[in-house]
Amino acid sequence: MSLLSNYLAIYFTYFAGLVFAIVPLPIMLNAFRPDWMILIIFYWVLALPHRVSIGHAFILGVVFDLVLGSTLGMHALLFSFLAYIVITNYQLFRYFTLVQTTLLVGLYSLLSKLALYLMASSLQDIILHKSYFWSVFTSMLVWPWFFLFLRFIRRRFKVA
Amino acid sequence: MVVFSVFLFVADSKFNLFASSRIYLNSLVSPVQYIADLPEKLFSGISASVMTRHELKARNQQLEKDNLHLKADRLLLTQLENENKQLRELLSSNRSFTNKRMITEVMSLRSDPFSHQLLIDKGAVNGVYVGQPVINEDGVVGQVSQVGSTTSRVLLIVDVSHGIPVRVQRNDLIAVLHGSGDWNRLKVPFVQSNADLKEGDLLVTSGLGGRFPAGYPVATISHVDYQEGAAYADVSATPVAPLHRSRYLLLLWNEDQYNESDLSKGRLTTSALLPTESADNAKTPPDSLNTAVTDEKIEPLESKNVIIE
Repeated sequence: MSLLSNYLAIYFTYFAGLVFAIVPLPIMLNAFRPDWMILIIFYWVLALPHRVSIGHAFILGVVFDLVLGSTLGMHALLFSFLAYIVITNYQLFRYFTLVQTTLLVGLYSLLSKLALYLMASSLQDIILHKSYFWSVFTSMLVWPWFFLFLRFIRRRFKVA
Repeated sequence: MVVFSVFLFVADSKFNLFASSRIYLNSLVSPVQYIADLPEKLFSGISASVMTRHELKARNQQLEKDNLHLKADRLLLTQLENENKQLRELLSSNRSFTNKRMITEVMSLRSDPFSHQLLIDKGAVNGVYVGQPVINEDGVVGQVSQVGSTTSRVLLIVDVSHGIPVRVQRNDLIAVLHGSGDWNRLKVPFVQSNADLKEGDLLVTSGLGGRFPAGYPVATISHVDYQEGAAYADVSATPVAPLHRSRYLLLLWNEDQYNESDLSKGRLTTSALLPTESADNAKTPPDSLNTAVTDEKIEPLESKNVIIE
């Protein structure tokens, strides 16, 4: 498999993740939207740490900031930090069971929510809704299936 | 990398380094936004094409009727407009209502605790500018906060960082309406306990900031409460426009700002809703309107109260 086709599948999932992260949902369901980008970065760095690195996460974060219209660098910081954590510990994380990685995803999702809140509150006064943290649970709920799905994609398209 | 992101974060938030390049960066990511909007577009397209002939006919008839009514109202409007103009000329305070308008479609809606924003499908190529007022058929929706070449972002009036100068239609009291971060609640801060406000009062734009044209409905007062001993009454309002349900919005261009004579004569002579600055109040209002009344200077008020980002 050539290098290009390797990256093609990865970039396609990035793109799909961006789209799903902003696809319009009814206002009630909006809070339950899983953190697709975190899941995607987590998976790819875990699976292919030599291909997907902090640089990818950073660029993806900047693009995500632009798509959301938030202050540039907020998500870039979070995503590169996530990639950093995973890339330094991927050998450990790979031996985790699905349940353990699910908890890990939940933990990181929660931490990133808190970090986002802190960053945003340093810029302007904001009000924290309780529903803000729902997406942590949906992310955890979605992760096992998403993990299996991405693994299927990785094997199907022989991304290595 | 972390250092770099922190640099980006600080550069964007504190120094606004990317203000000029943001328009290009925004247009760079607009394909993603268009694709994300596709399902909804498709859905509405399908639902439009599966309408039966009978339904279309009925709808057409209804619209024709509405059109007739609106046209009839408009006949009267031109006359009233002329009359108003004459009266204003007598007062030597002229104000024009000729606003350029453009219909725009909502592409997506963002609701996190940090911001209440909409993405619309008009951008710099259509002449959209930052700070532009956005309304729908019911009332004020918000203002443009970021512009891309073909898309732009609208900050809604319920966003916590948004403030809009209004007046009560019933008695011309003036106030500033702040967003609360909830979808259907606005706050009216710094209201004196004896202010004449009632539930159900309609608040319309006062035009004082110079950003929103005067006279558009914004919200109705939903709750007035005064606790004995509190510095200010607790007043909240509900936006009249269904903010998260409208698909089509109107962009307004207000070309001529209102001149000084109108501002000093028109609205501000009425009793101010905001309290006078009292020494014993720990939290005095950030910029009391009373100072604006005496100084006839409106600019500082605008810059303090209508924050865009």
